[in-house]
Amino acid sequence: MVSIIWLFFIVIGTLFFILTGNIEALNNEILQGGAGGIKLLTEMLPLLVLWTGIMQIAEDSHLLDVFAKIVRPVLSKLFPSLPKDHPALGYIASNIAANALGLGSAATPFGLKAMECLQKDNPQKDTATEAMVTFLVLNTGGVTIVPTTVIALRMMYGSANPSEIILTSILATLCSNVSGLLFDYYKRRKKK
Amino acid sequence: MNFSTYIVPLFVLFIILYGFKKKVPIYDSFLVGAKNGLVTIFKIAPAVIAMVFATNLFLNSHFLEFVFSYFNPVLEALNIPVSVLPMAMVRPISGTASLAIMSNIFDLYGPDSFVGRLASNLQGCTDTTIYVLALYFGSIKVTKTKHALSAGLFADAIGIIAAFLITFIFFG
Repeated sequence: MVSIIWLFFIVIGTLFFILTGNIEALNNEILQGGAGGIKLLTEMLPLLVLWTGIMQIAEDSHLLDVFAKIVRPVLSKLFPSLPKDHPALGYIASNIAANALGLGSAATPFGLKAMECLQKDNPQKDTATEAMVTFLVLNTGGVTIVPTTVIALRMMYGSANPSEIILTSILATLCSNVSGLLFDYYKRRKKK
Repeated sequence: MNFSTYIVPLFVLFIILYGFKKKVPIYDSFLVGAKNGLVTIFKIAPAVIAMVFATNLFLNSHFLEFVFSYFNPVLEALNIPVSVLPMAMVRPISGTASLAIMSNIFDLYGPDSFVGRLASNLQGCTDTTIYVLALYFGSIKVTKTKHALSAGLFADAIGIIAAFLITFIFFG
């Protein structure tokens, strides 16, 4: 599925560059295309390495298990295919918590770790498990409770009340997440 | 409001102190984890490079602006500034691109205008679905993603519609 999107972006982008006569810009885009990804990776690198280091301490001290135990009742309903003491649940919970607080970049290492844990029990390594799909639906919905970046930008542009959009953001993100989860639930039921 | 600025430092401090109290070799644990982090970056690098390349190619071709230029008369009649729709379209593809459009809207109309509030809600209502999918599945080399993409995009569409309606109801 990702290949189709990838193909769509490249084909439409390339054709439109050509149609608008921007061949030089297109050439630049292709020749320097890798730089954008590398830039993003180098921006992610320090934080990701630091967080995986810190989280290893949380894992070794079983703090993550404690955390997972607290959120287990809720999460295990969302992930019926996972055993109740699955290590991925702790990472999933941390990921959701970080996302909810608007700390998007802090959430990524937890999310990647969760995927790694889920992959360990995956019998078909090239195919997503049910739990992976549900986790990604939750994640791409972006369960944001405090949209920190938006609030910071509103403040910067002189808003009289930068945080007035918190409630409306939560409502919008709830609509998005609930509909995504229902879609996932419906698809899973249909398969059985 | 600055509550969230305390969360990260306290969180880190708590984890380290807890580990120390539980007699975990904290420094060695950190090194093991940090090494895994480096391996992770290495693993996700191909997916990130591939996706950023394609997104930039697509966005910089200005195809979206071209498509939306046809909707302009309709939007203007409805008093919705033209830049909001591209922002809604770009949101699932690139977080930085939609943030850039949002800053631009704040600059032009002010954050407390109707459009400014609408843009704020659009930014908050969802995440960069396509990027997250490529990154997370890419990191573990899963290529058959089942209905993850359709579910993610469906949720985005509902979130975007909800952001429009909710902004109308609360601030309209």
